[in-house]
Amino acid sequence: MDDFSNFISHFFSPAAWTFLKTLGERLMSPIGFLIWTTFLKSTILLGIILGLVSYTVYAERRVSALIQDRLGPNRVGWQGLLQPIADAAKLLLKENFTPKNANYFYFRLAPKLVMIPPILVLGVLPFGSSLFGVQMTIASINVGAIYVLAISSISVYGIVLAGWASNSKYPFLGGIRSTSQMISYELSLALSIVPIFMVVGSLNLNTIVQYQVEQGWMIAPFWPQGMNWHALLHPAAAWQAIAAGMSLRHLLLWIPLIISFFIFFVSMFAETNRLPFDLPEAEQELIGGYHTEYSSMGFALFFLGEYTAMISGAGVITTLFLGGWSLPFIPDGSHGWVWGLINIGAFFAKIIALLFVFIWVRWTLPRFRYDQLMKLGWYFFFELAIVNIFLTALILTYVK
Amino acid sequence: MQLTLFWFFSLLMIGFGAGVVVLRNPVACALSLVASFLALAALFVTLDAYFIAIIQVLVTAGAVMVLFLFIIMLLNLKAEERRRVKLSAMLGGGLIVGCFLELLSSTLSTSPLFSQPLPPLTEPVHSDVAMIGLTLFHSFNLPFQVIGVLLLVATIGVVLLSRQTLK
Repeated sequence: MDDFSNFISHFFSPAAWTFLKTLGERLMSPIGFLIWTTFLKSTILLGIILGLVSYTVYAERRVSALIQDRLGPNRVGWQGLLQPIADAAKLLLKENFTPKNANYFYFRLAPKLVMIPPILVLGVLPFGSSLFGVQMTIASINVGAIYVLAISSISVYGIVLAGWASNSKYPFLGGIRSTSQMISYELSLALSIVPIFMVVGSLNLNTIVQYQVEQGWMIAPFWPQGMNWHALLHPAAAWQAIAAGMSLRHLLLWIPLIISFFIFFVSMFAETNRLPFDLPEAEQELIGGYHTEYSSMGFALFFLGEYTAMISGAGVITTLFLGGWSLPFIPDGSHGWVWGLINIGAFFAKIIALLFVFIWVRWTLPRFRYDQLMKLGWYFFFELAIVNIFLTALILTYVK
Repeated sequence: MQLTLFWFFSLLMIGFGAGVVVLRNPVACALSLVASFLALAALFVTLDAYFIAIIQVLVTAGAVMVLFLFIIMLLNLKAEERRRVKLSAMLGGGLIVGCFLELLSSTLSTSPLFSQPLPPLTEPVHSDVAMIGLTLFHSFNLPFQVIGVLLLVATIGVVLLSRQTLK
């Protein structure tokens, strides 16, 4: 290694070489290493997510066409795969119109506020195990799970501001609806995941994923550690592992965990304003709801914000209930970088599968009426989530 | 680094706090308060108190202020915007705030309690969430339960009041 660096040093002037050397030392010092790996991780993750967003829009149009027996966009590029680029060009070139009586500053601020929170959520999601010994989470904080809830609770501001600043009736109604809907569903969203904290005993999303690697995914907690690489070659051992996982405690805990998955999943639809809960922008009643007055990139940011929220929501569901980056029989990134990449791929594959479910539901179910939406949140999910917490506590205390 | 962040977020917080008072538009005031709360949460983060910071965002910025904004928007207050700023009221307010600041700074700088350095923090045994849980349920179990009952009573009271139909 020394010979090599001596050889390289001949190509630089002495001053440049010392600069490069100190730069290298700075980068490899603990804090420098943390800074540049975090920067790299954030950049790559953001790139992947924004790419995923534009292709989710495309997928939405193609899947809806499939469901309604149409063709959908298939002209730009092979199978219409370049459609997102055409859409982006169209949106950028349109006039960015501001209505005369709108409050200009807040009118322009609102779309940005819609876009920021879902991106902030991505910061704590473990999107992979580890790659070259670097943990694939941007910030592994002790309160990751409630950080997600806190950020999604401030995501309502963008919509409310858009509704108010437009100074127009339909957007205002959309903003009002959005506020009451989000407040109602945040409660059940937060309460529904309390059983997970009780079972795992931590709020750190990495710990929650690690628990699922060892004990099985939250929606099917039957994979103890025995289900590893070796079990694949010895089926008898795998069966033994499954049988070992089928303890009374695990089976009983399955009930509250399934309930909390159900509540969380449905509440996520309400939080991301997707059908059957898209009352804030119900086209047939409110034209476009809170984004009626927006055009060009203002509208595009609302649109992209909704899809980014869907993706980060799917990421949270994956992390909490579907085992995060883990797959049965697949080791984590500490066994080699290939496995690390496969883990990252598994995480995004699960997100894409969930996004498909989001789209599928949108084009299958009709919209709820507003009072039905409120009743479902307050009379059913809220109570169910609280009972669920008690149920989990009882099982954890009395069944060993 | 920590000091820089402290000053940055403190100034941000005070700036937005002033915005709550100075701005005439009620919605803008409410949003300034939200931004001020977020800066306060950032200050908690610089003290490594992640849980308090997140709860600050979740409860005050995410729940309480959304309701505030909801009400303000529904009432659509225009009177506040039209009100003119009175010079005498501004001078009086400035005088009171100045006196208070002077008193505060003189007390803090002369008190012996604040002149000695505090002992360094000991390395925590558990994570901060676990520490808060232990403190609440071990050291202050009874007050915690009492507060819980109090909140329950308040909730039942609100439900009862809101169910009453006007005759």
